[in-house]
Amino acid sequence: MGGAQYFTGTDYLLSLPIILLTLFALGILLIDLMIPRELKWVNAATAFVGVLFAAGGLVRIQLAQAELMLQGERVEWAFMHSMIMDHFAIYFSYLFLAGAAIAILMSVRYLEIEHEHHGEFYSLILFSVVGMMVMASGFDIVLIFIGLELMAISTYVLVGFLRSDKRSNEAALKYLLLGAFSSGIFAYGLSLFYGLTGSTNLVNIGIGVQRELTARHNHASPILVVALLTTCVGLFFKIAAIPFHQWLPDAYEGAPTSVTGFMSVAVKAAAWAMLLRILIWGLYPMRKVYLPLLIFVSIVTMTGANLAALTQNNLKRLLAYSSIAHVGYMLLGLVAFASVDYPDAAMTDGLKGILLYLLVYTFMNLGAFAVVTSLRQRDVIGDEIDDIAGLFSRAPTEAVLMLIFLLSLAGIPPLAGFYGKYFIFLSLMESGHYVLASLAVLYAVFGLYYYMRIANAMFMREATDKTRLPISVAMKFALGVSAVATVYIGIFPERFIKLVTWSAGL
Amino acid sequence: MPQNYIPIFIFIAVVGILIPITLLAAKLVRPDNPNRAKLSPYECGVDPIGASRGRYTVRYYIVAILFVVFDVETIFLFPWAVKFKALGMFGLIEMLIFLAILVVGYVWVWQKGALDWV
Amino acid sequence: MVPVSYYLILSGILFACGVTGFLIKRNIITIFMSIELMLNGVNLSFVAFAAEWKALSGQVFVFFVMVVAAAEAAVGLAIIIAVYRTRETLNVDQVNLLKL
Repeated sequence: MGGAQYFTGTDYLLSLPIILLTLFALGILLIDLMIPRELKWVNAATAFVGVLFAAGGLVRIQLAQAELMLQGERVEWAFMHSMIMDHFAIYFSYLFLAGAAIAILMSVRYLEIEHEHHGEFYSLILFSVVGMMVMASGFDIVLIFIGLELMAISTYVLVGFLRSDKRSNEAALKYLLLGAFSSGIFAYGLSLFYGLTGSTNLVNIGIGVQRELTARHNHASPILVVALLTTCVGLFFKIAAIPFHQWLPDAYEGAPTSVTGFMSVAVKAAAWAMLLRILIWGLYPMRKVYLPLLIFVSIVTMTGANLAALTQNNLKRLLAYSSIAHVGYMLLGLVAFASVDYPDAAMTDGLKGILLYLLVYTFMNLGAFAVVTSLRQRDVIGDEIDDIAGLFSRAPTEAVLMLIFLLSLAGIPPLAGFYGKYFIFLSLMESGHYVLASLAVLYAVFGLYYYMRIANAMFMREATDKTRLPISVAMKFALGVSAVATVYIGIFPERFIKLVTWSAGL
Repeated sequence: MPQNYIPIFIFIAVVGILIPITLLAAKLVRPDNPNRAKLSPYECGVDPIGASRGRYTVRYYIVAILFVVFDVETIFLFPWAVKFKALGMFGLIEMLIFLAILVVGYVWVWQKGALDWV
Repeated sequence: MVPVSYYLILSGILFACGVTGFLIKRNIITIFMSIELMLNGVNLSFVAFAAEWKALSGQVFVFFVMVVAAAEAAVGLAIIIAVYRTRETLNVDQVNLLKL
C-alpha cells in the first residue's frame, strides 16, 4: 500500500506554490521568536523571499504543463478534481503574489512607526495569500470555502493589527462580524446547491443545475432561486458590491494603510476569482437567472459608490468608495458575459475586461495607497485630504506619481486604467446594453471629479507642514514598480490583452 | 409519521405529572428541621466565595480560546482513526504533516508566553 | 424514519434565528452567538443532504465548517477583548468611531 494511490506527484506539483508559502509562513513564526527587536526586517525579507519562491513554483508548474502539452497531455486537475491549476488560477496567483510583494515592501517602515513591527504580520500576509490561491484554484465548494476562510481570518487579524488603536480595533470587529455573517449566508447557499445536486464539485453542480432547469423547461424552482440568491449575496458581500458594502469603508479606514492597500487589491482579486469560478464555471447554466440580479447590483453599486465618494474627506475612505465603484464597473463585464450565448464576442470581451481591470487595478490602487501610507509620520495619522495638501512641494516625485495613479483610476486614455474600462464598455455595446454603457461612462466622469479633488489638494493648496516627506527605500521601490506598471500597461496594452485572453482560457 | 411520536408525548406527560407528585409527597412526609451544617454543600467541594457573576481575569479567556482552537483540530483525527488501516502509511504521513503544522502553532503560543500564568 | 424535509425546515429556522439575532441584537457576544447559530443551521442542512444523497462529501464540509467556526470564534473573541480594552463597552452602538 503505497501513497501513490491517494495523491500523485501531479497533485504535489500543482500545489507547489501553496506548499512553499505555507512553509515560509510557518518559518517566519519560528524565526520571529528567535530574533531581537532591531532585526524585525528579517521577517519582511523572509516573507519577500517566500513570495519569490512561490512565483518560482508557479513558473515550475507552467514549464511542466507546457512540456506535457507537447505530448498532448493537459495537466491541470489535482486532488481528485477538487483543484484545478488552469491558466485562470495561475494568472490570479501571480496577481496575489504581486499584491503581497508590494504590500510587504510598503509595510516595513509603516509598522516601525506604529510600534507594531511583529513577524506575525508577514506570516499572516503569506497565509492569506495561500487562502487566495486555494480560492482561485479550488473547483470544489469545500476547498473554495476553506480558502475563503483562511484568507478572511488572516485578514481580520491584519486589519486589527494595531492593537492599541481604537479605529483599528473597531474596523477589525466590524469586518469580522460582517465577514462571518456573509460566510454563513454563503455556506447556506452552498449547502442548498449540494442538496440539489448531491455533489460538492462545481462540475457536477453545474450538470445537476442544468438537469434541474431542463426538467422544468428552463424555469428555476424556488429552492434553486433561494440557493442562487444566498450564494450571490455571500459573493457580493465578499466583493463589496452595494448594498452589501457596509464593512468595506470602515475596514479600509481603520486598517493599517499598507493592509488597506493589500486588501483593496489582493483580497478583492481573490473574491473576484471565487465569484467568477462559481458564477461562470459552476453556475453557467443559470446565467439567465442571475443576469437581472447582476444588472441591478451593478447599477446600484456604481450610483451609490460614486455619490458617496464625492463627499469624503478622508483619503482612505474616498479610495474605499472608489474601489466599490470599480467593482460596479467590473460587474458590468459579467453582465455582458451573462447576457449573450456562446460564442459571442461580448462574452470574451466581458471576461477579458474583468481580468484586465483586476490586473491594472492591482498596480494603480496599490500605488495610490503607497503614497497615502508614506504620509504616515511619527505624529501625523496622515489619511485626511488636508494631509496630502501641498504634497507637490514636500515630495514632488510622489505627487506626480500619485497624479498618474489617480488619472489611471479615473480611466484617462494613455494610462492602464483606460483599457480595463474600454473592454468592459466594448462588451456592453456588443451585448446591446447601450443604456448601461452610457450610464457607466457618465459615472466615470463623476469619478474624475473626486480624483481631481485629491490632485487639486496636492498641487494647488499650501502644505500645513512644509518639511520634506521621508520615503523609505522599500517604499520607493514599491511606488516605482506600481508606476512603471501603470504607465507601461497603458502604452503597450497588446501584450497584456494577450495575457488575459490566455488566462481566461479563450 | 406523527403517530410515531405518541410514546414520546406519553412519556413527557408522565414525567410532567410524576415529578411534582413525588416532590410534594416527600415534602409532606419528611421531617423538617434545617440547620447550618445541613444546608452547607456537604461533600460537594469547597464553599463558594463571592458571587458567581463576578469577573474573571482575562487570562481565562486566552487559555479557553487556545483550548478551543487546538481541541477542534482533533475533529480531523477521527476520520483518520476510523480508516487507519486502509489509509496506511500515506494517511500516517499526511496526518503527521498536519500535526507538525499544529506543533508550530503550539511552539509559537508557548514561546509567546500565552500559556504562562502571571 | 424522519423525512429529510423536517431537518431542512429546522435548519432553515436555525439559520433564520441566527440572521435575526445578528440584525437585532446589540451586544457583540450575542451577535457572535447568532453567527454560530447560522453556521449550525448550515451544518444541519449539509448533514441532512449527505444522508439523503448517501454521499460523504457533505459531512466533510461540516467538519470544515466546524473548524472554521472555532477559528473565527477565537479570532473574534481576541478582537472583542482588544475592543473592550480600548473602550470598555461591548455595545455595538457605542463602537462608532468610523462612519459615513
